[in-house]
Amino acid sequence: MKKEILLGNEAIVQGALEAGVSFVSGYPGCPSAEIGQGFLDVAKEKGIYAEWSVNEKVALETAIGASFSGLKSLVNMKSFGINVCSDSLFPLAYTGTKAGMVIVVADDPSCWSSAQSEQDSRGYAYLSRIPMVEPADPQEAYEFTKLAYEISEKFNTPVILRITTRVAHQRMPVQFEGVKIENEFLKKGEFVKDYKRFSTMPPRVLEMKKELLEKIEKIKQFAEKSKLNKIVGCRTYHNLGIISSGVAYLHVKEALEEMNLDLPVFKLGLFYPLPEKKINGFLKPLKKVLVAEEVDPYIEKEVMATVQKSNLKLEIFGRELVSEIGELNQEKIKFALSKILRIKYKKPIIINSDLPRRHPQLCSGCPYWPAFSAIKKFSPEGTIFGGDIGCNMLSGVSPHNIQDYLFSMGSSVSIGHGIIKSTSQKVVAIMGDGTFFHAGIPALINSVYNKSNILLFILDNRITAMTGHQENPGMGKNGMKEDSPMLKIEEIVAACGVKNIKVISPDNLKELDETIKDFLNKEETSVIISRKICALLEKRQLKQQNENI
Amino acid sequence: MKTFNIIIAGVGGQGLITLNNIIAKAALNGGYDVKTSELHGLSQRAGSVETHLRFGKKVYSPLVVAGKADLVLGLEITEGMRAVRFSNPKTIFVVNDNYISFLENISKKEIEKKIKSSVGKNLRLVLASEICEKELGEEVVSSVYLLGYCVFKKLIPLKPDSVLKAIKEIISKKYLELNKKAFNLANSHD
Repeated sequence: MKKEILLGNEAIVQGALEAGVSFVSGYPGCPSAEIGQGFLDVAKEKGIYAEWSVNEKVALETAIGASFSGLKSLVNMKSFGINVCSDSLFPLAYTGTKAGMVIVVADDPSCWSSAQSEQDSRGYAYLSRIPMVEPADPQEAYEFTKLAYEISEKFNTPVILRITTRVAHQRMPVQFEGVKIENEFLKKGEFVKDYKRFSTMPPRVLEMKKELLEKIEKIKQFAEKSKLNKIVGCRTYHNLGIISSGVAYLHVKEALEEMNLDLPVFKLGLFYPLPEKKINGFLKPLKKVLVAEEVDPYIEKEVMATVQKSNLKLEIFGRELVSEIGELNQEKIKFALSKILRIKYKKPIIINSDLPRRHPQLCSGCPYWPAFSAIKKFSPEGTIFGGDIGCNMLSGVSPHNIQDYLFSMGSSVSIGHGIIKSTSQKVVAIMGDGTFFHAGIPALINSVYNKSNILLFILDNRITAMTGHQENPGMGKNGMKEDSPMLKIEEIVAACGVKNIKVISPDNLKELDETIKDFLNKEETSVIISRKICALLEKRQLKQQNENI
Repeated sequence: MKTFNIIIAGVGGQGLITLNNIIAKAALNGGYDVKTSELHGLSQRAGSVETHLRFGKKVYSPLVVAGKADLVLGLEITEGMRAVRFSNPKTIFVVNDNYISFLENISKKEIEKKIKSSVGKNLRLVLASEICEKELGEEVVSSVYLLGYCVFKKLIPLKPDSVLKAIKEIISKKYLELNKKAFNLANSHD
């Protein structure tokens, strides 16, 4: 056994390698990016295959191919990635996997590094009927990853490992086996044809649904005995118990210690399917239960249903005491427990710094600086600016303040297209190169095909920067740092049917001025590719060159 | 020992996570359980960043809640001030006397006045950047200097040896001597 301080994300990589993973795909996002990167960094040495895929749907499907060919796989993504890949996630539940597959989804309660929404991806377990495990800390992240592969292989189902920012980016001393791992990928898989198993063509698809429901029943039985779910603490005269999962469990333990309370706590490690009988047995002797879960009240609803079904006389506390907005901490749990136990709650005295926010901003020397100011300066009064995901999101904050809407990857173009079709206003959509490859292309084709005169600004800084500098198809390098074909954005744009295309350096203000004005008066879709390397990347490349001399 | 709670506050890009890792490793070397929590991505882009670090006999939650910090390590004065919400009347503030201006222009003088009046006698304003620049020619190690200050002044319950061992384990060979120097430099100043 080894003991090292590991980040939650590093612990997942370690667990998966020990479980024998040999195929990894994913798309970088925060807080999951270090998982994919962790595999890519050791892929060559460990003999595994790893890639940054072009988006999460493609990543999942790639792993499905590997699983059907008999290789253990792992897919990694942030919360919204599961929305993108859900189209193939649902049929995957129907076909099941062949070799083990773990899908890691990292949510971001409090939206520390996420626009869009405060998504609780646990809901996908219900929608797709895919088992979901939820570790609380790096030690569990390591152990649960291995257990997830066991469940996956035992039941031929993918397993979702759902983490949150405070698990992904939590560090602690982790004990792990650290055995020498020989994963030897080298195309050793084989796809054995099995139409009945891999094709969801009707009427077979409904048989598959029946098989899936039976499988979930079996996993439910397994859940009743699984060590993923545990009860700790002892019963006291309070007759109060707590049900918790994920990092919220750690806050519960901390709160109980600070309040000097010993209460029974049911910690759910397997969120779906829930061990109904075990929960029932836990609830039976209690008079009150607090469901301490972060973000959405899924477990609370399940507990309510169980209580009703079994006719238990029990008071359930959850959402009215534990907010569904923002992440939890020990203080919030202490507050809830004090209310339930009618103990006086001593609110800590908090001094407010009363300082204006220091907003995140573009790095010094970032090519987006001149691009944003040019867009702002040279677009006519009243132009609508569509934002997109990536570093260019910062167009929405001071001093730029040019963002009239912001949704999801690639949406700047399609929402803009809808506005153009509905109004006589001008729209400039602003998108980075990574996002263009991820989801921008279909939206661009649509605006050409349906005759929109949107102006799309592709800010090509030659890398996927925001999430920590990952390779993308425009770079001529793949995730494993191998040379690969360099896809030219201007050629893709031309192939999408765009006639008005210009590649301009963001420093060439004169040309930007003329082109923006010219393109905004066109009848068709136009694209300006503002091309200049990310300032951080440039600095790093120069440093490397100097070190090589 | 009661769990010791540290907030490291600074601006994205100042090397908070490296400092966090050194302290965490030092705590482990000192025989403690330890948990930390940090943020990446958007929140790191030259915005305010804080990492939470807790060590003691047994640590559950990785978060330091408002009012519960024992020590605030401010790598920059505005961010040190911002961390007052984690403090109570006993919290010690060790803050680098270094100002990184931001868009809502407030002068350093104003911030200094604010932090002095909020923290009072528990504030140690340390010329870490200036000293490191002058004596080592490298401002980047000011955070390690600040850590040295805390260790030698016994503001953090960790032994110099545990920290030096952690520095050796974490910092790459190329920058090791510089970091060790910065750490020990804090011992020779008042």
